[in-house]
Amino acid sequence: MQVYADNAATTKMSRTAIAAMLPCMETTYGNPSSLHTVGQRAAEALLAARETVADCLGCEAREITFTSGGSEADNQAILTAAHLGEAKGKKHIISTAFEHHAVLHTLKKLEKQGFTVTLLDVHENGMVTPEQVAAAIREDTCLVTVMYANNEIGSIMPIAEIGAVCRAKGVLFHTDAVQAAGHLHINVQEQNIDMLSLSGHKFHGPKGVGALYARKQIPLSTLIEGGAQERGKRAGTENLPAIVSMAAALREACDHMEENAAKVSALRDKLIAGLSQIPHSAVNGDGKHRLPGNVSFCFEGIEGESLLLLLDEKGICASSGSACTSGSLDPSHVLLAIGRPHEVAHGSLRLSLSEENTEAEIDYLLREIPPVVAYLREMSPVWKDLVSGKKSFLL
Amino acid sequence: MALYSEKVMDHFLHPRNVGEIADADGVGEVGNAVCGDIMKIYLKIDNDVITDVKFNTFGCGSAIASSSMATEMIKGKPVSQAMELTNKAVVTALDGLPAHKLHCSVLAEEAVKAALKDYYDKNHIAYDPKQFPDCPSCAHCAG
Repeated sequence: MQVYADNAATTKMSRTAIAAMLPCMETTYGNPSSLHTVGQRAAEALLAARETVADCLGCEAREITFTSGGSEADNQAILTAAHLGEAKGKKHIISTAFEHHAVLHTLKKLEKQGFTVTLLDVHENGMVTPEQVAAAIREDTCLVTVMYANNEIGSIMPIAEIGAVCRAKGVLFHTDAVQAAGHLHINVQEQNIDMLSLSGHKFHGPKGVGALYARKQIPLSTLIEGGAQERGKRAGTENLPAIVSMAAALREACDHMEENAAKVSALRDKLIAGLSQIPHSAVNGDGKHRLPGNVSFCFEGIEGESLLLLLDEKGICASSGSACTSGSLDPSHVLLAIGRPHEVAHGSLRLSLSEENTEAEIDYLLREIPPVVAYLREMSPVWKDLVSGKKSFLL
Repeated sequence: MALYSEKVMDHFLHPRNVGEIADADGVGEVGNAVCGDIMKIYLKIDNDVITDVKFNTFGCGSAIASSSMATEMIKGKPVSQAMELTNKAVVTALDGLPAHKLHCSVLAEEAVKAALKDYYDKNHIAYDPKQFPDCPSCAHCAG
């Protein structure tokens, strides 16, 4: 059996998304900037896609800028707020310790340019509160950027409340909604969001395309100079097949959001309940405020990469925040941010589900994962020390 | 999986010499859980020949494969020959490791040497301490 449980990494494209893409390659293949009919048909498709995305977010079409993905959208949003702030002498930015690297690395770059960055601590359950944000805002704060939902541990932030705090203090609020878009309700007006990033391939759309919502009063800084595409804010001929396909995927995800969430969260809860039976394990993230598809565990005494490789042998596609999978010596900054010690964070496993997953697949995961954990523990000197009492269990 | 060679995957999926030896003549443990790799090697030595070897490893696929390969390479060998085991030889025997995984082979070499040092110490056999370099931190050998 092959079980794809890595939907937070990327999703399989839906039939709808693929079907929407094909005409843009076969018939509507014009350049939207061209004056002729073929080009203008492409321009119409581009506008329709923009209107669809805007409708899904509760904003105006002109407030949507298409990008190459979530990372570009994050970069553009943060650099825009930084430039606007700098012009007013405001060079303080607030974010959290467990943001995606697209946010954290952009902030690092700004620090080198003289900005001060406050990274809010994340509570053990993976939450950041509006009160924390309120307490951190200063006279010179130009931006608060807090992710809507965390990619590794699935916790969902109180975005509307954080947005309200920012609005009241007159500070721009950006949210990286890459994991949320298509899965959680979004209305940028109701939720007091000034800028929002999303990525097409997290909701069964194509890779290499994303969108940035920016309230119309915010003049975006450009990252890519060139032609006048995207109202002059993002040069380069539009990736029409991907944009149209992403819009179709987002429309479909939003239209079926409630039924998908009900189905997927039921699978998630069954999986969490089953894996919790493994001794000396712990769920990462919040029990209630959690992405429908996110299952994140730490298993004491084992290392995540070897776990992933053995699961892969059984046809199970998952991910881990261990150092060996991150390509560095440190395990995931997200797991460290919620207070997991290094030795525990190395033994993490993330299973991220979608509505494509089935009950039978969950049964398969619950049958196959515990023996693999037990096998690796049996080989682990760390586990032996824990069992013999030489070291104390942390979980 | 293309990350590792077939040899690495074979030793990872079917590790040789996993286990412990209760009455081992030499035991060596290197690495630490904070860094995400620990190897523990047990040696049974008769007449200066390694008659049995077992390992326990906490670590990634290449750490387990490196432990397995290193134990195979010293099993049945005289102690003097085992002392000459290098991480490069382990890497070669595994048909290569990705650059950022080379430290796993270093750890395997060090685990073998730590077990041999323990054997020397227990049996009051003189040796040159330079043969057993200290492992200051995980970072020193991370590719």
